[in-house]
Amino acid sequence: MSDRWTVKRSGRATRISSGVFVLIGIALFAVPLGFRADVVQQLTTLCTLLIMAVMWNVLAGYGGLVSVGQQAFIGFGAYGTVFIAQLGVPAYLAVVLAALASAVLAVALAPLLLRLRGGQFAVGTWVVAEALALLVALDHDLGGGTGVSLRGLNTFPPDWRRAYTYWLTLAFTVLLLVLVFLLLRRRSGAAIQAIRDDEEAAASLGVRIMPLKFMLFVLAGFGCGAAGALTLANTLFIQPQSIFGVQWSAYMLFMVLVGGIGTYEGPILGAILFFLLQDWFAQYGAWYLIGLGAVAIAFALFLPRGLWSLADDRLPFRLLPVGYTLRPAG
Amino acid sequence: MTWVNAIVQGILLGGLYALFACGLSLMFGVMRIINLAHGDIAVLGAFLVWSLTTRTGIGPFWALIPALPVMLVLGYLLHRTVLARSLRGGPLTPLLTTFGLAIVIQNALLQAYNPDVRSLGGAAGGIATGSWRITDQLSLSYLGVLILATAVLVLGGLQVMLRRTAFGREMRATAQDADTATLVGVPASSVYARATAIAVATATLAGVFLAVRSIFDASSGPTQLIFAFEAVVIGGLGSLWGTLWGGMVLGVAQTIGATIDPQYSILAGHLVFLIVLASPHGRSLVALRREGRAA
Repeated sequence: MSDRWTVKRSGRATRISSGVFVLIGIALFAVPLGFRADVVQQLTTLCTLLIMAVMWNVLAGYGGLVSVGQQAFIGFGAYGTVFIAQLGVPAYLAVVLAALASAVLAVALAPLLLRLRGGQFAVGTWVVAEALALLVALDHDLGGGTGVSLRGLNTFPPDWRRAYTYWLTLAFTVLLLVLVFLLLRRRSGAAIQAIRDDEEAAASLGVRIMPLKFMLFVLAGFGCGAAGALTLANTLFIQPQSIFGVQWSAYMLFMVLVGGIGTYEGPILGAILFFLLQDWFAQYGAWYLIGLGAVAIAFALFLPRGLWSLADDRLPFRLLPVGYTLRPAG
Repeated sequence: MTWVNAIVQGILLGGLYALFACGLSLMFGVMRIINLAHGDIAVLGAFLVWSLTTRTGIGPFWALIPALPVMLVLGYLLHRTVLARSLRGGPLTPLLTTFGLAIVIQNALLQAYNPDVRSLGGAAGGIATGSWRITDQLSLSYLGVLILATAVLVLGGLQVMLRRTAFGREMRATAQDADTATLVGVPASSVYARATAIAVATATLAGVFLAVRSIFDASSGPTQLIFAFEAVVIGGLGSLWGTLWGGMVLGVAQTIGATIDPQYSILAGHLVFLIVLASPHGRSLVALRREGRAA
C-alpha cells in the first residue's frame, strides 16, 4: 500500500496558485504609484477589514472562541496610537507600538477571559470592551466622549500620507497572513485544527489546549489592535462610541461566516465580499444591517462552512499548502 | 445616610437585573447556550407594550396581559425555527445565530420606530413616580419595590416549577442529559422550546419594567444583556437564587459608583464583575462547567 500513495504538501497546481497569491501581494504594494488617492484609501479600508476577519477567524474558527469583544483591542489600538503620539513619538511608529501594546493587553486579559467558555467568553470579552470604552471616555486628554484626532500625520502631503498608511496597512496584512499561515503549517497547525474539530477529543489525544488558545488570543489581540490603529491612521478621527462599538464584531462575524469559518482562504473572500456590500448598500442604514444579520444567520444554519466551501469542495487542489493531501505515488 | 440610600436603591435596582438575568440563566441552565439576543428581545417586548399603550391608551402593566402571551408564542417559535436548528450545528452555532438575531432585532426596531429615546413612565401613572419616605434622605419608590417583588416572585415561581412540577422534572432531566431524557420519552426539543418561551416572557417583563423605570430606545438591548450576564456570573452560574444576589451586588455596585460620580456608575458594575471573575469564585466557574451540571 505504502508505495502506491504518498502524502504531500502540495502539487504543481497548489504551487502555481500560491505563487499567484504572493504575486498579488507584491503587486498590491505598487497600487499607490498608479491609482488615485481615494482608491488607495478604499484599499486601506479593505486591508483593515481583512485583518479583522482573519483575526476573528483565528479565534472563532480555530480556537473555538467566539468573541463579541474584539472591539476592545480595536479601540485600544486606536486610542493607544493617540496616546503614544501625544508623547511625541512619530505617528506611524505609534501605530506599531500600539499594536504591540494590544498584544500585551491580550496577555494580561487572557488568564481572566480564557476561564470562560462558549457564550460566557463571548459576553466576557464584550464587558471588557465596554469597560475600556467607559474608561477612555473619562480621560479628557483622549478627547473624552467626543472623540479625538490623530495629529502628526498632517505634516505629510495628503497623497503621500494615504500611500504611507496604505503601505503600512498592507505590510501588517501580509505579516499577519504569513503568521497564520506558518502557524497552520507547523506542528501547532495540526493541534489547532484538532481543537477546531473537537476540543475534548483533541485534549484526550494529548493536545495542550490552553497554551494554544493563549497564543491565538494574543495573536488576535495584536492583529485587532493593529487594525484599530490603522483605522485611525486612515480616518484620522475616532470616537469611543464607534471605535469600541459592537458593530465591529457584527462585521467580523459576517465576513468570517459568509467566507468560511475555520478555513484559511474563507475570511479573505468574506472580507472582499463585505467590502463590496458595504460600498453598495451602506446607504440603506438599518435595512443594510438587518440584511447582514439575516445573511449571517442563514449561513450559520444552512452553509456553516461558508462560501469558500463551495469552491473548495469542487477544486481538485488546495489553493494554498496549509494541509496535506493524499495522492498516488509517481 | 447617602451610602445607606445608595445601598437600598442598589438592592431595588438589583431586582430589575435579576429579572433580566433569570431568562438568560434558564436558557443557559437547560440548553447550555447564552442567548446573545436576550437584551434585544427584552427591548422588543418593551416596544410591543409601548405600541399597545399608545394605540389604546391603557397603562403599560395592563398592556402586559396581551403582550406576554404574544411574546411566549414568539419565544416558542424562535426556538422551533432558529434555535433548534442551530443547536444541531455544534457549540458555536447558537452563539453565531443569536448574535445575528440581535443585530436583526435591533435594526428592525430602529427601522420600525426611530432612534428616539422613550419611556413608559408617563403612561404608568402614579406608580412610576410615588414613593414611601422613610427619612429625609431615604425613600423607597413604589416601582422599585414592585420590581423587586416581581423578581422574587418570578424566580421563586421558576424554582418551584423546576422542583415540584412534572414539566420542571422534564427540564432538569433534559438539562442533565438530553439524549437519555429523549430515550425515556421526554422530547428535548419540546422542553427547549417551552424554556425559550418562558425566557422570552420574563425578558419582556424586565424590558417593560426598565421602560417604566427609566428610558429605552432601539439600541438599549446590548447593555441589558451585559448587565444580565454580569448578574448571572456574580451570582454563580446555574443558580436561580444566586442570580438574585448577583443582580443586587451589581445594582449596589452601580449605585455606590454613581454616588461617588455619576460617570462611574456602570464602570463600577463592570469592575465588580471582573473582580468576581478574577477571584477564586471565578475559578469555580470553570469547575462547575467541567461537572456539566445544570440548574
